Amino acid sequence: MRQLISLPYYVVLLLLVGIPLYGALRGIDVYSCFIAGASDGLRTIARIAPAMIAMFVAVGMFRDSGALDTTARALLPVARALGVHPDLMILAALRPISGSGALGYLAKLLQAHGPDSAEGLLASVVQGSADTSLYIIALYFGSVGITQTRHTVPAALLASLAGFLAAVLVCRVAHM
Amino acid sequence: MMGIVWVAMLATGTIWAAVVRGPASVAAMAISSAKEAVQLCLALAGSIGLWSGMARIAQQAGLTAALASGIRPLIGPLFPGLGPKSKSMPLIASSMAANLLGLGMAATPLGLAAMQQLAAENHTHAGPTDAMCTFAIITASSLTLVPTTIISLRAEMGSADPAAVVGATVFATSCSTAAAVILDLALRKRGRKDQ
Repeated sequence: MRQLISLPYYVVLLLLVGIPLYGALRGIDVYSCFIAGASDGLRTIARIAPAMIAMFVAVGMFRDSGALDTTARALLPVARALGVHPDLMILAALRPISGSGALGYLAKLLQAHGPDSAEGLLASVVQGSADTSLYIIALYFGSVGITQTRHTVPAALLASLAGFLAAVLVCRVAHM
Repeated sequence: MMGIVWVAMLATGTIWAAVVRGPASVAAMAISSAKEAVQLCLALAGSIGLWSGMARIAQQAGLTAALASGIRPLIGPLFPGLGPKSKSMPLIASSMAANLLGLGMAATPLGLAAMQQLAAENHTHAGPTDAMCTFAIITASSLTLVPTTIISLRAEMGSADPAAVVGATVFATSCSTAAAVILDLALRKRGRKDQ
């Protein structure tokens, strides 16, 4: 398990040493290459900022006003039908719209129910079942200045829902 | 659709806050969220700068192309619009590989670079191309083999077996990714007609 967690650290180590060294050995001007790439990257920041402000204000208002909690509580019959704790519905609703919000809520949930309880295990799997899809769509399209998102929003949200249902199913089958 | 979701969340949240917490709370909440967004951008600037620089070296040295030719048989069919000469494929492959390895902070700059390359290669559509949509939807569904953040959090919370959820998580996220691919294929034609 310890090896699993530290795997990305070793990969980072390998990339930070390996890429410039390999480039230098192939005779590339690695320094100016790095600067050119980094300055392109920083220009991206300016391009994504407007989309991030739009997304964060809408999600922030929806979450911090308590409207999200109420919406999730309205899904209580669904929670009962699925046989999951109502808290899981809040996590599922938060997952596609707020990455830090979902992670914070997961921490609260693990603390309240215990990380090895049925609820704690399911919550962990739900957190990993999909990414913050609405944020990623806004970020990726925002970075190229595209505001027309075609079918990506419904597709990504439905995929998140599929991930949630798969999490509930696999935890039930595995008796977790 | 993004517009509808955005307006719905913003209007519901704002009216809710005004009714439940009083109109005075609204401005402070909105501004603090906007500030959070800019703080995130600044926090991202360092890692985006670093990994975009590294990605450029890897590109010049032919490393991303080598990775892409390894992964192309797997992901190529998802991007029928990209020819063998497309410079987007190496970046798409690198971003996906970084996500699979749990390197979120490297995956994002690579993903954004891939989007920019896809945009640069797009001479026909006014809006996003099929490839851009497919790539964004797959990334949004999350690709991961090792959910490192979750394992660390579980360990911190005193779990007896923090990594117990790895298998189930990989199953669940595979399902969401499979659903993403199917939904993309099913919905992309409809989206194209709307243009």
